[in-house]
Parts: sequence; C-alpha cells; structure tokens
Amino acid sequence: MLSRIAESLFWIGRYVERADGTARILDVHLERLNGASAQEQETVTRELLTIMGVPQPEEYTLGSLLNTLAYTRASTHSVAGSLGAARENARRARETVSSSLWEALNTTWYGLGQHRRDMVGTYRFCHWVLERTAMIRGLADSTMSHDEAWLFLELGRSLERADMTARMLATRESEALGLSWVNMLRCAGAYESFLRTQRATVGEEHAGEFLLLDRLFPRSVLRALQDAEECLMALDPSYQRVGFMDDARRIVGEMRSTLEYSTPDQLAASLPIFLHQVQLSCARASEAITNKYFSRGQELSWVGEVS
Amino acid sequence: MSDLFAAYAEALERGDAWDEMFAPGFTLRQDYRPVQRALDELSLDDVTARADSMARTFLDRGVTFDYAGEERAWPLDIVPRVIPADDWEVLERGVAQRVRVLEAFLDDVYSTMSVVRDGVVPRSLITTSAHFHRAVHGFRPAGGVRVHVSGIDVVRDAEGTFRVLEDNVRVPSGVSYVLENRRAMSKGLPEAIGSVNVRPVEEYPRRLLAALRTSAPSEIEDPVVVVLTPGVYNSAYFEHTLLAGMMGVELVEGRDLVTRANKVYMRTTDGERRVDVIYKRIDDDFLDPLHFRSDSVLGVPGIVNAARAGNVTIANAVGNGVADDKLVYTYMPDLTRYYLGEDPIVPNVDTFRLEEPQAREEVMDRLDELVVKPVDGSGGKGLVIGPDASPAELEELRRKVLAEPRGWIAQPVLQLSTVPTLAGGRFAPRHVDLRPFAINDGHDVWVLPGGLTRVALKEGSLIVNSSQGGGSKDTWVMARTGAEARPAAHREPEPQVHVVGDDWPEEQSQSPLDEIGLLPEQQQQQGGASC
Repeated sequence: MLSRIAESLFWIGRYVERADGTARILDVHLERLNGASAQEQETVTRELLTIMGVPQPEEYTLGSLLNTLAYTRASTHSVAGSLGAARENARRARETVSSSLWEALNTTWYGLGQHRRDMVGTYRFCHWVLERTAMIRGLADSTMSHDEAWLFLELGRSLERADMTARMLATRESEALGLSWVNMLRCAGAYESFLRTQRATVGEEHAGEFLLLDRLFPRSVLRALQDAEECLMALDPSYQRVGFMDDARRIVGEMRSTLEYSTPDQLAASLPIFLHQVQLSCARASEAITNKYFSRGQELSWVGEVS
Repeated sequence: MSDLFAAYAEALERGDAWDEMFAPGFTLRQDYRPVQRALDELSLDDVTARADSMARTFLDRGVTFDYAGEERAWPLDIVPRVIPADDWEVLERGVAQRVRVLEAFLDDVYSTMSVVRDGVVPRSLITTSAHFHRAVHGFRPAGGVRVHVSGIDVVRDAEGTFRVLEDNVRVPSGVSYVLENRRAMSKGLPEAIGSVNVRPVEEYPRRLLAALRTSAPSEIEDPVVVVLTPGVYNSAYFEHTLLAGMMGVELVEGRDLVTRANKVYMRTTDGERRVDVIYKRIDDDFLDPLHFRSDSVLGVPGIVNAARAGNVTIANAVGNGVADDKLVYTYMPDLTRYYLGEDPIVPNVDTFRLEEPQAREEVMDRLDELVVKPVDGSGGKGLVIGPDASPAELEELRRKVLAEPRGWIAQPVLQLSTVPTLAGGRFAPRHVDLRPFAINDGHDVWVLPGGLTRVALKEGSLIVNSSQGGGSKDTWVMARTGAEARPAAHREPEPQVHVVGDDWPEEQSQSPLDEIGLLPEQQQQQGGASC
C-alpha cells in the first residue's frame, strides 16, 4: 500500500485511542476536582497536565484543564483535536478505509460541538467519546479486511494504548491526584476483570500489577505491547532467524520483556521509572516505524531550470 | 394535484421556457406520471423532512463540496429530472458522435494537422489556444485514446430541442454526484423509483476501470491503475476518493509518484511499484513541472516524458484543452462533417466568434441581450449574461473583449428548460442543464444513462454551477419496456472487470433456495434463561 496512506491509518489508530484514553483519565479526575478549593484545583490541574505530557496552559484552572484535555481543536492533545485529526487522516485515506469507518469518524467529528463545556457537560462528553471510539474500533474490526491497512491501524492503536495506560498509572503515583486503586481500575474499565482474578483478596496494591502486566486484559501495558509486536511481525515477516532487522520490533520487544521478566519487588520499587520507560519506548518505536514504512526518502522537488 | 403545485401553472405562464414535467396547458407529460403520483401522497412536512434527511445523510457520508472553504452537504432536490427513452436515444447517439469527433480532432491536431491543411479551420485557431501544448505534439498516447472520459454539457431550448452548450474533455467532474444522487433518491422518493424502470447508473466505475485497463501500454498484462488527485483541498476531492474506492485502485497524490528512466512508480510500504495507467484529475498546467508550471508542487516531474515514451497512459491525455476551447466549439459542425462525414445529431447553440470583425461589430451593439463567455473558462467563470448585467459591467466586458477578441464568444440568451424544484415551501419552475458522461475505451463510446442535472435555485437564474449556488437533481432515463426494448442481439458485451458493489447480479431464473427446500432454523439456547 501507499506509504502516505499507511501513515494516515497508523495515526487514525493512535488518535482514536488517544481520545479514548484521555477521556477516561479526564473523567475519573473530574470527580476529585469537583468541589475542591481553587488552590487544590490548581495543583491537581498542573500535575495532571504534566503527566499527560501536553503543552502547559498559561493558568491552571478548571476551565483551562477542560479546554486543554477535552475541547481545544487547535492541538491533537485534546480529545476533540485527536478525533479531528483522525477524521482528517481518514479523509485522506478515504478510499482505503471502509465507508462505515469513515462515516463513524465523520459523524463523531460533527458531534464534537454538541456538548456543554462545563463539569457536568464534560462527564457526558467523556462518556459519549468512549461510546464513539468503541464503535469506531468495532467497525474497523468488522468491516475492514485484516490486511496491511488494518495492521497499521492496529499498530497505532496498540502503541498509543500502552502509552495511555502508562500515563493512567502515573496519575496514581502523583500525591496531589491521590487516586484510589478502585477509581484507577474503573478508569481503565478493568474493575470487574481485576476482581475476578481473585488478587483483590490479597490486596489492592496488586491493581497496579494487573494494569501493567496482565497477559489477558486488553488494556494492560504488557498486552498492548504484545499486540504491537504481533502487528510488526505480520507487517514484515521476512527475516526470523537471527536478531531483528526491524528497529521498532527491537524496541517494543525489549520493553515488553523488561516488564515481563522483572520481579514484583523491582516493579513496586521503581514503578515511575518503568512507566517513563514505557512512554519513551512507544515514542521511539513510532519513530522507527515512521522511518521504515512512511519515509518518502528524499523528497523530490523541482526548483526550476538549472542556471 | 398536490397543494405543493398550487402556483405552478401561473409560474409557468410567466416564462416561455420548456417545462420538463408539464406540457403547455399544464398537462402532465406521460413519463412524469409516477413522480407526480408519489409527490401527490406527500405533504409539505413530508417533503421537507425527506429533504433534510437526504442532506443529513450526505453530510454524514461526507458527500460534500467546498463552498468558500467550508464543507457543505451536496444540494439535491427531491423532484427528479426524467428523460423519456426516445429523447435519450437521440442524445446518447449525439454525445457518442461528439466524442468521436473530438477524439479525431485531437489526434489530428497533435500529429499531421490535416484539418488545417484542408482548410476546415485556420491554423491560428489551434496555435493560439491556451491549452494547445507543444510538449505532447508528435506522439500518440499509449493505448491510442485521448478522451477517455468526457462530459458534454447540453441544454434544452424553448422549443424542446437539446443543444450542446460546451464540451469538457480535460477533467470533467460531477459523475460521483450522479452515483450519490441515485443512492439518496432511492431512499428519498422510494415510491416513485420503485414503480418505474429507471436505467441504472452503478456500472460507471466498472466501465471506467475497464476502459482505463484497455488503454494501458500494450505490453502490460495486468496493468496497475491509479487515480491522481491534487489532494484533499481540491473541491472535487470527494469524487476522486469515490471513484478510486469504487474501482478498487489507489488514490495517489503527486508526491506519491516518482519517475525514473521514463517509467512511473508509486512509493508503497513495500518499496516502489510500477504504475501503468494514471487517471489524472489535475489540470495540465500543474501536472509536470518539467514541461509546464515549474512552481507546481502537485505534479510529478518527468511524467509527460514517460507518457511520450509510451510507458504510461495518462487519462485524459495531456493537451486535450485545445478541443474544449469554446472557439473550437463553434467549428464542431464542420469538424463532424470533416472527420465522420455525418451531420451533427445534437446541434450547437448559435455562436458568434468575436475575433471575426463583422460578428464583433454586431455583438458590440447587442451586448445587453447576449451571453458572453471566455473561451477557456469552466464552472461559469467570467461569463456575463447581458440582460442581467449592469451598464458598468457591460462597459468592462466591452473593454476586455476588444482587448482580446480571440478570448471570447457570444451566444443568445437561451431559455433553459425548467423542472419543478422545492423552493420556499412549494414547487416552482427552475432552470436546469444536463451533463452526460461518456467513456471511450478506444473501441466504443459508452454514455452513462442520464448524467448530472444541475439546477439554478434562484428564480429565473440561468447559473447552475454549484460553486455559485446551484443545486442538483437525480436524472432518470426511462428504460424501454417489452416490445420496444432493443433486441438482445444488439446489446453490447459487458466489460470484463468485475468490482463487487451493492448491485450484485441476481441472474438465476429459479432461486436455488427452492431446490434446497426447508432451511435449517436458527439455534437457540437450551434450558437457559428465557425471556
């Protein structure tokens, strides 16, 4: 397939997942902000925006938090901006994505403006975004052939999901945000799944382990990295005997095995460092994928006659 | 008759245009009976609700056009334009004849110019055309076709005669809206479309792909076809995606292509892949910075040389603009006789060539009653309608024409035919034109039954371009039924490329289900929860 189209699909996958993750994180933290003093709101906002890795606003108020994470269309860090960028990418790859997927992205984009931008409106907004992104993923899954195009979509989704879950976990580490493990699990939609693993009886602190390392829960960091690895393998199955020709596979695989083979004590002792590493690996893998698949090589341009 | 037609008869009295639905005396034309029956059942609320739902669907599906930098839903009116089978047969032959003439003319212009030698047209007609490109002189494109796709604009005058208004053989657009309009109408007015035999339009992408593949360079066994678009900001971008999608081929931008040793490749995730046929939706001027505008970033350097070397087919061919120059248009009847030895089946509109002193003098006296058009304009750009223009505009026009007489033609103001159109809560007559699309694969010219009917939404207006507030109508060509139908032996063979669409053929006369008998029932959970 065309490099330009592959790139669009990769970013549709990333942006849709980013909208989903950001909506989840915002939703669970809004609860805590509700009724907090102005002083507290400022601290929480500052912490949250730092962890999300977005450009910092001029002042830290509830309004600027909602704007930065939910509504601004000017940057792709917000939910609205991500969904807008996903739609724009789909528009460029419209003959490759299925018409159902395009339509779902397009109607979502038209629906972005229909929400009140206050606290209560934002709850509704986050909920609506979770529904829409679930629908978009479902349609991609059921109406597109699971070919190369779909693999790029899936690859982008997996990398972004690993990154988002890592950020979600990082907010637990922040003192100011003070999220309970129950809320953390609810944020990832993992509460019931976690209870069923029986580890809850052992202690809530295992919730972190669950979101980081569970091999079966689809939103855990480990599982997301595994998915990304599988996509990379399917995209370039050419050389399997010795080592890895593919930088992205090396980076993702290295991170995955570091997580997988660390002892619980090591993880517990330096969780923030691991989370940071996950985010870095995702960024580096994304760069490696860009170089390998999307690079146009030397861009040709004609600069008029030779004088 | 429905209340919605209450004031229609009066409105018809006011103008002297030919109405497509009603004959003089407000009698319904026969082919419109199913439409009228369906509309009769509807109240204003029904019609408005359906119109809104069609617009919403267009917006959701992204069937839009760019209006002042904004994506707008494609405007489709709920009343279709119906063309009787007899009228269509003439039109179809006329359009196909026109395409054959244009094809022969272009072939001649870019080779021996016998048409000039034989004194049919002056040499200056060709050499002064802004779209005559010397870069493509002296070679016949791979596949031998230049006018793969054409849109021949026709209008119906006050007497009901179809006349050709202009030819479009560069990058004719609008066919995607024909396909989308039909899709929308089958939900918007199902009562009518279900009860009549309207000729289908869905086979267009299949025909186009077949023609493009046929015209590939000859040594290629399984040609790779791509659609070349200027990109997402082009106003026809939707059409490019639709056609590429329905043909199942890649939609590429200039930066996706690279030429090397006179061969064209596209950059893919598996490296570079050879391209054999390019359906070009970029203006010639921007296509190749080596030959045309060197500041173009939309094009592909070297692509024209690749075509000259016969390694790639560009459809439509570069340099076609010389044939849809409006001054060349005035010579079309002569060209038809010269190349085909036939008389034109669909006549031209009477036209003054303003470069001829006598005609210019006459026109200058009557500027306020004529339509004056630039010869290389499209989309209604630069056109001045005398009766509607202010004295200042006419003065400006006079100055421009005198400065460059070669650049202009003049025509009498035509009363375009009207069709009932929803406006201000009821149906009112509005002027329409028609753009039938033809595909030429080198052996045969196929004309899409129907075409794009554009409608001027303002009362009395003759400007139908969507960029200037025009709307559109679904165009229904009636099929012949029973004994009238053409004998099967004359039917053209179906093209050999099959793209699975929603028109999956159901050809078996007897359903296979009848033979199987009882079908297995769906399984249900046993002994579990029940509702």
